[in-house]
Amino acid sequence: MTTEPMKTGMTLQPAPGKPNQTETESSVYVASQWTLMWWRFKKHKLAMAGGIVTILLYVVALFAEFLAPFPPDMTNTQATYAPPQTLILFDENGFNPHVLGYTVEVDPVALRRTFVVDPEVKIPVRLFTQGYSYEFMGQESTLHLIGPEDPKDTMYLLGADRLGRDVLSRLIYGTRISMSIGLVGVTISLILGIILGGISGYYGGIVDSFIQRVIEFIRSIPTIPLWLGLVAALPTEWGPLQIYFAITIILSFIGWTSLARVVRGRFLSLREEDFVMAARLDGASQSKIMFQHMLPAFYSHIIASITLAIPGMIIAETSLSFLGLGLRPPVVSWGVLLQEAQNVRTVATAPWLLFPALAVVVAVLALNFLGDGLRDAADPYA
Amino acid sequence: MAQFILRRILLMIPTLFVISIVAFVVIQLPPGDFLTSYIANISASGEQVEQHVIDALNERFGLDQPMPVQYLKWIGNIVLKGDFGQSFAWRVPVEDLIWGRLGLTLLISLSTLIFTWVIAFPVGIYSAVNKYSLGDYIATFFGFLGLAIPNFLLALILMYVAFKYFNQSVGGLFSQEYIDAPWSLAKVLDLFSHLWIPMVILGTAGAASLIRIMRANLLDELKKPYVRTARAKGLPEWKVILKYPVRVALNPFISTAGWLLPTLVSGSIIVATVLSLPTTGPMLLSALTTQDMYLAGAFILLLSILTMVGTLVSDVLLAWLDPRIRFN
Repeated sequence: MTTEPMKTGMTLQPAPGKPNQTETESSVYVASQWTLMWWRFKKHKLAMAGGIVTILLYVVALFAEFLAPFPPDMTNTQATYAPPQTLILFDENGFNPHVLGYTVEVDPVALRRTFVVDPEVKIPVRLFTQGYSYEFMGQESTLHLIGPEDPKDTMYLLGADRLGRDVLSRLIYGTRISMSIGLVGVTISLILGIILGGISGYYGGIVDSFIQRVIEFIRSIPTIPLWLGLVAALPTEWGPLQIYFAITIILSFIGWTSLARVVRGRFLSLREEDFVMAARLDGASQSKIMFQHMLPAFYSHIIASITLAIPGMIIAETSLSFLGLGLRPPVVSWGVLLQEAQNVRTVATAPWLLFPALAVVVAVLALNFLGDGLRDAADPYA
Repeated sequence: MAQFILRRILLMIPTLFVISIVAFVVIQLPPGDFLTSYIANISASGEQVEQHVIDALNERFGLDQPMPVQYLKWIGNIVLKGDFGQSFAWRVPVEDLIWGRLGLTLLISLSTLIFTWVIAFPVGIYSAVNKYSLGDYIATFFGFLGLAIPNFLLALILMYVAFKYFNQSVGGLFSQEYIDAPWSLAKVLDLFSHLWIPMVILGTAGAASLIRIMRANLLDELKKPYVRTARAKGLPEWKVILKYPVRVALNPFISTAGWLLPTLVSGSIIVATVLSLPTTGPMLLSALTTQDMYLAGAFILLLSILTMVGTLVSDVLLAWLDPRIRFN
């Protein structure tokens, strides 16, 4: 098949009444659909910012071992609820990044431990330093982005939790689980949504109304009680990985409905298009028409819907884990971390335990903005 | 209209049936049957289980019979006698535990819904009429923030602020002296003085999305020629806006009751746990963790029915408001 006649058909001659046709204006006519989308997307400043933050979050998730200064499960009884240390970049000798050590004072009456910053103890902090060893892509390494110069020293940039574990390191490891559960969950929802939404929109009739009733049913039941019921029934002897996948499946069991609606709507509107008719007359099979001809026509819409579905998954996982019915320690996710902050008194003594909450808000906002921009850009001819 | 309502109610029956099956499946999901855990639980507390009690329970729930029979017995008892089974953790019939908590959940959900409307309606109109003004940007900003903060986090942060800076505990729905007191005017007033906190926490996300919807709908309507006609006719500006476009843009407000209620009920479970409210949330959670399944199943069933009824009411209201739906 040649694309030659298409090209000549598509190229628009500059209108004779407009002699001052500039380079950019004529490039609009030859730009591909994806280029047009990119131009439209670039205009949406919030979406660009959201996109950058999202990419950063996934980079953090990917390189967690390298970025985290300490292993997420390293406890330190000397540092229970140690407050965050400030990173000081300069001292009297010029550039010498360091944090100040603590001395622990015990209140003789209440027996409460308070941390007092000790300006005498300087813990030098370096970039690209040696730390605990980890395996990354089959490579053993001890290199870390940031950490104390002497690997035996400690440093708590975001404070420590109940067991003296470094909140920053745990937050970085949590990013991996929380951000990936969104992706995995959305992928499962997407597969379900495309198949069921596709069938629903393409065939119409009884099949359509049946699937629509199912979707309406799932949407009308309050999700959290059902999630809780399903999650509570997971066998307790299951390992962390099994629980992880079980939870993503349970989340996507409800999440597929909105994606199915988008897909169905698109299929309905495309069903009467000429190219579908052409494919049908050409003798293409049903599934080939649906998934090879129609589906690519609204990839952009699907990408936008996926982006908007991920935050819901992240919030759902966080909520379930926060309630103690989701992922369980030793798995580290933002929700698991927030479980530490369930009690107001704990939060009052160690407000830095709420940092994972900040991560949730940032991730959800970034993905929402990104998805908003993508949705606007999805139809560049509108 | 009567025909519409009747058709709508008939449509609910299969859905109710499916809901009851889902609740029953949840009850059956944990390994081992209810009786075994019941006996284990009682034996663990050092008491003897008498044979006639076991036999009576077996008889009541048909535990030695196949699943469909068990289901029929379970749902039959609920529909005919209002008997939801036995809570083995509390050792009382489930129906003694649920109604009060369900009532408070309903109260919180409904008052949140009203709060959401009261906030979203004027702010949405303002945002649309004064598009791209400072107020619009502020509303948009808070709207996005409201959507992005999961409401249990909002609860946590609010509790922290209240505890840290006002030295006040914001948990619960009643003051200490009213918790076990019988209902009285003073207790109701006390309830309302506590109610606003969960209401604000739960309502933020819903209000945020409703503001966006109201703004978008009204913006579409404001562009239409009939608005210009009304204005050209010399109507005062507030009348131009309130009398026609707002009425058209009002539909989503009514239909939100349908989709907002499930989210509110869901959200209230988590928020209630954080704020330790005496609603369904904490009890459902503890029922699930101790695998007190008849209690959990009853909650899941009733909360789902609650949202179904909410959807029904919103559909009926919508049909009453908009003849296009009624005659379709």
